[in-house]
Amino acid sequence: MKPFEQQSLSKRLHLDVPLCFGLLVLCGLGLMVLYSAGGEDLGIIIRQATRMGVAFVFMFLVAQLPPAVIERWSLWLFIAGIATLVTVLWVGHVGKGAQRWLDLGFFRFQPSELMKLSVPMVVAWYLANKTLPPNIGNIIIVGLMIIIPVALIAKQPDLGTSLLVATAGLSVLFIAGIRWKIILIFGALCSMCAPILWYFMHDYQKRRVLTLFNPEQDPLGAGYHIIQSMIAVGSGGIYGKGWLNGTQSHLEFLPERSTDFIFAVYCEEFGLMGVLLLLCIYLFIIARGLYIAANAQQTYGKLLAAALTLTFFVYIFVNMGMVIGQLPVVGVPLPLISHGGTSMVTLMVAFGILMSIHTHRRILSS
Amino acid sequence: MGLNFTIKDTEEESRLIRLRIYSAVVIIILIVMVLVARLFYLQVIRHDHFITLSQSNRVKVLPIAPIRGLIFSRDNVLLADNQPSFSLELIPEQIDSLDKTIGQLSRLIDIDEDSVNRFKKLRREKRRFESIPLKFNLSEDEVARFSVERHKIPGAKVIARPYRHYPEKSTLVHALGYVARIDEKDLQKIVESNYLGTTHIGKLGVEKAYEDILHGHVGHQQVEVNAQGRIIRVLERTPPEPGKNIYLTLDLSLQTVALSLMQGRKGSIVAMNPDNGDILALVSSPAYDPNPFVNGIDSKSYKVLLSSRDTPLINRALSGKYPPGSTIKPFLAIAALMFGVRDVDEKTWCKGWYTLKGQDHRYRDWKKGGHGHVDLNYAIMQSCDVYFYTLAHDLGITRLNQALTNFGFGFKTGIDIGGESTGLVPSIDWKRSALNQPWYPGETLIAGIGQGYVLTTPLQLVTATAALANHGKRVLPRLVYKISDPISGESTLLPVATPEYVAGYKQEHWNFVIQAMEDVMHGAKGTARRSGANAAYRIAGKTGTAQLFGIGQDEKYEKDEVPEHLRDHALFIAFAPARQPKIALAIVVENGGGGSSTAAPIGRKLLDHYLLDESGNLK
Repeated sequence: MKPFEQQSLSKRLHLDVPLCFGLLVLCGLGLMVLYSAGGEDLGIIIRQATRMGVAFVFMFLVAQLPPAVIERWSLWLFIAGIATLVTVLWVGHVGKGAQRWLDLGFFRFQPSELMKLSVPMVVAWYLANKTLPPNIGNIIIVGLMIIIPVALIAKQPDLGTSLLVATAGLSVLFIAGIRWKIILIFGALCSMCAPILWYFMHDYQKRRVLTLFNPEQDPLGAGYHIIQSMIAVGSGGIYGKGWLNGTQSHLEFLPERSTDFIFAVYCEEFGLMGVLLLLCIYLFIIARGLYIAANAQQTYGKLLAAALTLTFFVYIFVNMGMVIGQLPVVGVPLPLISHGGTSMVTLMVAFGILMSIHTHRRILSS
Repeated sequence: MGLNFTIKDTEEESRLIRLRIYSAVVIIILIVMVLVARLFYLQVIRHDHFITLSQSNRVKVLPIAPIRGLIFSRDNVLLADNQPSFSLELIPEQIDSLDKTIGQLSRLIDIDEDSVNRFKKLRREKRRFESIPLKFNLSEDEVARFSVERHKIPGAKVIARPYRHYPEKSTLVHALGYVARIDEKDLQKIVESNYLGTTHIGKLGVEKAYEDILHGHVGHQQVEVNAQGRIIRVLERTPPEPGKNIYLTLDLSLQTVALSLMQGRKGSIVAMNPDNGDILALVSSPAYDPNPFVNGIDSKSYKVLLSSRDTPLINRALSGKYPPGSTIKPFLAIAALMFGVRDVDEKTWCKGWYTLKGQDHRYRDWKKGGHGHVDLNYAIMQSCDVYFYTLAHDLGITRLNQALTNFGFGFKTGIDIGGESTGLVPSIDWKRSALNQPWYPGETLIAGIGQGYVLTTPLQLVTATAALANHGKRVLPRLVYKISDPISGESTLLPVATPEYVAGYKQEHWNFVIQAMEDVMHGAKGTARRSGANAAYRIAGKTGTAQLFGIGQDEKYEKDEVPEHLRDHALFIAFAPARQPKIALAIVVENGGGGSSTAAPIGRKLLDHYLLDESGNLK
């Protein structure tokens, strides 16, 4: 081990400098877009910046925990998460309506957010001690670990979050080396199950999927979001209309313009060039995350770091795909740009875990 | 039997995971390429298509504010209407330099600093393309001057909007109240969607209390706008539902006369129909003009109103608390009869003062030499203080309290507008909890002549007087009696609240006290006989003079030596005709001196105005 004095400040604070840099640039850009999308209201910016600050504190605190501790907590966190999900569903049943919150008096807690982290954690914990690639028995056990919380969340009903939780769990399986053959069979099974899934979907969910294929069919109803959003994106052109000059957003044609559809505002005002810049920042963060995964010392760290990074990418892909009319409308925010607090804390805790994995490596003397 | 276990091959697993991360990178790159391709398609290839759509994308839904209901007096005179008024508005988005634009405008239109500050505050709250008012109530000259120069000042425009206008100015302000701009506090109380197009809201009086009825319901229109947000054409329209018109119980001509009689004086007059509680006149003097408040009064004028020693902003009729003085005597007289403390012909010796047993403090009568042998009728007619000291002493504070609360003293009357005081009827418990002191017998004595802790509002006084006139029927005072729909023209009369009854009093008690009050006005020794003289009808009344200034035991009250704001309040209550009352009234003239010399003559003039026709005959 190196003498204490020679360790850099960032290492002692357990912060990863490139990751911090990427996240801060993203937050800065996010506040700028939100200022325009939120109708130039400074109050919104101050509140969002406060949330970002809180989220960074969470990230910092989680980064201090050694990965071994996180690994040990994985199962218990998962069990606690399942318990709260069942509670929320039961309370919601009593209250007769969609229930995603558990009101603890002093703050409201959304267990489905916790599952976004605890599902990949528990899967990584389980697989880390098995031989890789996982055999069929282990795949089935992991499958149950994923399906139970996903089903509970989908019942809330919160389709967007349940898909993200499933993605997070499946990412671990993918990184753990599940055979391509099995992936192909699984994919084929899923597409065969689609009609059955369709049967179980809510009407509004069906409408969203149908609208995707033909938005013009219902221009004032379900297609309105997609049409207005595509007009915003398309009219932005290569260089955009300029910051604060987006007509689609400022004339209030764009719905949800400071939350789920904020990417449309960004595209309208900054154009293709701005989008490429944003993608570069995101890809930089993702590249760093995967680098951390590849260089982790323990299998648990490798699996979890890679899976969390892939989930981060799925966020971006699902949100952007929805805004530009490639994916159905599901309520997934654009990470660190959209207005709102809960998902931001989850996201930053995930980055805290990445930093913990990277900065707690033992330096092996050669 | 071989051992069947596998050894984790860490090297091999690390290689596998590394491979999978590479595959993930490839997948990510592929997906990003699809995203970029789609963005390229939308933003570059189909850019022209979408820019056209974005430019023609101009259908917006705008709220249309309903027209506020009008307010009329009982005699059908318009008291609150909506008049077009020109205001100068700016759209920040179209202005390069605000200071330059305001500089240009101030050469044409007089713009004060308050307006600029208010504009700057509003600008922070509104969106950049929204039109924000800078100045209200432009004169026609100003509109003309602006129109000529308009093309040189982009982003500025003159807009005609209907604003609330009160043609009678200060005459009814304390009853009518006024509307003003909606503020943060109002937003918490209203349904915001219904106020989307509305800028003003009732702040005081009837305008506030009947806000729901006057406001109406918002409408909306689908409009096509151009790139600046200007409306090009209306596509679809759902008209708003206008607010309903309301009719006040106030009689404008009586109100005007009452206010003019209070000209130059501080105080209040409230007149009521004792039969149903309709308020016929409600004056608080001095009054003020509500019109400047509608679009925000400038701070200098507001400070003048606020800091004036005459406190015009205070509604004396509802919230002014005055010692009732001798006007309290009829209410105590009837209680004494009911409780059996006094008989009608039982006499008390008045030598000019009264002392409690074992004390040498003299409670003095207003008449220095005393009234001699006094019965109850004479005590009311002459307002003998010593008689009522002994009466109060015999009643005791608990029964005295009950006697007054029976008539509604010490409680809000429940009139249909806000801002009422409760007044005060003291009791032993009240004094202990409020002042943490025991009750002294001397305090019962001065309560017996309406002094000390007893406080009443003019509205309470007239409501109690009406109950006396009604032989115990207590009506709920009200200011609005009719609501009409401006579209269908249908009117709805508001139901009169079920009256309460002052219980336990016998018919002969009522008759006796009313007779004594008639003698106050018409008897040879009545304190207000000069005001009752030559009346075409019988008046029942009682004068009162409330002391504000303590005089030493052997001093004499010299009017000219007492500073004006400590001089006595003059009070008068009355109803007429005494046996079929059509009107009851209460008058308080602050620092006006004697009730019989100042307040009673005002009362007589009002009764004549209301009850007599032009040739002096009873209507």
